[in-house]
Amino acid sequence: MNLRNFLTEKKTLILSKWFNLILDTYPPETAKFFRNQDDPFRNPVGSTIFVGIEKIFDEIIKEKTDVAKLSIFLEEIIKIRAVQDFSASQAIAFIFSFKDILKDEINQADLLQKPATKEFLMDLHDFQSKIDLAALISFDIYMKCREKLYELKANEAKKMTYRLLQQAKLIVESPERDIN
Amino acid sequence: MATKGKPPKPEELSKISYTPPQRNWMDIPVEFKPGMYCHATRPKYLEAVGMPFPRDWSPADADWKLPDNWKEIILQGIKERLMKYRTFHVFMDICVRCGACADKCHFFLGGGDPKNMPVLRAELLRSVYRKYFTTSGKIFGKAAGARELTEDVLKEIWYYYFQCTECRRCSLFCPYGIDQAEITIIGRELLNLLGLNLDWIMGPVANSYRTGNHLGLEPHTIKANIDFMLDDIETITGIRVETTFNRKGAEILFIGPSGDLFGVPGNYVTMGELMLFHEIGLDYTWSTMACEGGNFGFFTSMEVAKKLYYKIYSEAKRLGVKWILGGECGHQWRLMNQYADTWWGPPDFLEEPVSPITGTKFENAKGSKIVHITEFTADLIKHGKLKLDKSRNDHLKVTFHDSCNTSRAMGIFEEPRYIIKNVCNHFYEMPESTIREKTFCCGSGSGLNAGENIELRMRGGFPRANAVKYVREKFGVNMLANICAIDRAALPTLMDYWNPGVDVCGVHELLGNALVMTGEIERTLDLRGEPLPGKGGAE
Ligand code: SF4
Ligand code: SF4
Repeated sequence: MNLRNFLTEKKTLILSKWFNLILDTYPPETAKFFRNQDDPFRNPVGSTIFVGIEKIFDEIIKEKTDVAKLSIFLEEIIKIRAVQDFSASQAIAFIFSFKDILKDEINQADLLQKPATKEFLMDLHDFQSKIDLAALISFDIYMKCREKLYELKANEAKKMTYRLLQQAKLIVESPERDIN
Repeated sequence: MATKGKPPKPEELSKISYTPPQRNWMDIPVEFKPGMYCHATRPKYLEAVGMPFPRDWSPADADWKLPDNWKEIILQGIKERLMKYRTFHVFMDICVRCGACADKCHFFLGGGDPKNMPVLRAELLRSVYRKYFTTSGKIFGKAAGARELTEDVLKEIWYYYFQCTECRRCSLFCPYGIDQAEITIIGRELLNLLGLNLDWIMGPVANSYRTGNHLGLEPHTIKANIDFMLDDIETITGIRVETTFNRKGAEILFIGPSGDLFGVPGNYVTMGELMLFHEIGLDYTWSTMACEGGNFGFFTSMEVAKKLYYKIYSEAKRLGVKWILGGECGHQWRLMNQYADTWWGPPDFLEEPVSPITGTKFENAKGSKIVHITEFTADLIKHGKLKLDKSRNDHLKVTFHDSCNTSRAMGIFEEPRYIIKNVCNHFYEMPESTIREKTFCCGSGSGLNAGENIELRMRGGFPRANAVKYVREKFGVNMLANICAIDRAALPTLMDYWNPGVDVCGVHELLGNALVMTGEIERTLDLRGEPLPGKGGAE
């Protein structure tokens, strides 16, 4: 059995399990609302996560995963969790649930019992490393988001009184559109 | 929710259940999470306006140094307001907990804290109301949704009533029209009886009371700032625009939000307005004593709000103007439309506003005698009084954010759009469920645009940012226009976090770019002093 084909076949199931595990990190009343997928503007968090995990899934199962793209997809979700009630580990733990789901699916299908080919094992190892890589990237993204928040705080104070600071000659550069 | 003790191994992380056990909301004690709340007000600000119980305290402390009789003060406060405001009484009684409002609050949608569902936010106070003011609550207690007013309950109300931007979005979806904004306003009034306000709110209140503007700037600083803008206008247009300060006998008193005098990108709005007034030859004046359309008293108590706006009218009287023209401000309009008339009745020393250029009577402003500048400018354009070169904004792909106050509280929907469409070639609307009366709040209104609660603001602003992201991806939108000073302070930060590359501007900045002024030099710079693409500037 080719692992990639197996995962592609199971994609819908895996994504729905993954989505549910992520929603379980929210209070139950909240999860109920975030699950609803009718309108991305009525439920921006739920739909960003829902759409995001599919993109992450697709990128990871590609033979040649594009790390830059993977980072963008991860960032869309982590940016949200970085400003919600989560610690750093909680914010990025959703990557590891993907690994667990994979493991469960493989066990359930008994794929490792049916004498697994060397190719299968290599693929499995490959996927797991990609998920580990995604986790490492996620941690960096989380840190970047948190740093961004600090930077924003500092810049905002400056912008609000920009003209005054300029008058007092505390700012000498021209009023660029981007004074970050 | 932070994990305590030895950190788990990565593989173990996904096994931890982060799902809080399902419990009645009343049994879940409030937890003060950093990033979710603001600093307490410094005592000097309360003293400045004679508000009670000035003291040093901190929300994170166990001891809030409440007066011994704090409970009586709050219960008496509730009682008085139940008698005074029929709405409050009705809102405390009629909610059927249908849940229609539950997923309409941007703080809930972006953050996921169930106590940010409007229905639960109201329950925080309603449960206390039931306990002390209803028979069923007195007898059946918790079974009837009632609970004792304890210090923890008071803290919970404080925590969540300063996580509501009083935006009224929830009320739009409530079949009974229950307006959580009104409940929050009253909840905050009650908290103010115990001196429990935010530094970010009380600072501007104290400053406005003393100097007439949020930053506490003296008249010479205000004048110097405007002169500075006049210099920039001269560089850009070759025209030396004149303006006057505290001039008695002017026809119109102009009052914008002071943020537009000192901050970017707000100052470009003021530049646009100065250019416009010059071009049409408006007989107007600034006041250096009342130059603040914003009113953080509104986020404190009705009494304080009234105190601050008194200054605007007394200044209009002193200068002998006929009417007042207001700048691009959000909550100024809610106050003037919904409250001013009730506070004072129509001021008899002012006249019903009439545009001196078009003769249009602003009948909607008959009571307050204050016209919003987008009404004024849209009318000028409609009558063909302005020469506009749209192509000067061709480098911008613009969308418009309806501010909660001007849209839901006042119904200004078309005027700003009309102006934008007349000064820009590229305008794109965000999805229908996120604009006009259904607009999503910037997440920083009602005095919550501080730095220490940035996580709260970013999560609260996410539904708005998500809609901006959509038009950015679909149409390449790079400019988010609005008509509110808090938006201009808060949205750049919001965009920087969620949609880097999308800039923020006021509508009169766009107008200033497009306005063809008599005798101007060929424009090569926009109001920000940047080269205009295709206009002899950079390509
Ligand atoms: S929509 Fe109105 S009646 Fe229904 S739960 Fe919300 S406040 Fe109560
Ligand atoms: S008024 Fe706005 S911020 Fe307050 S509960 Fe309603 S939707 Fe939320």
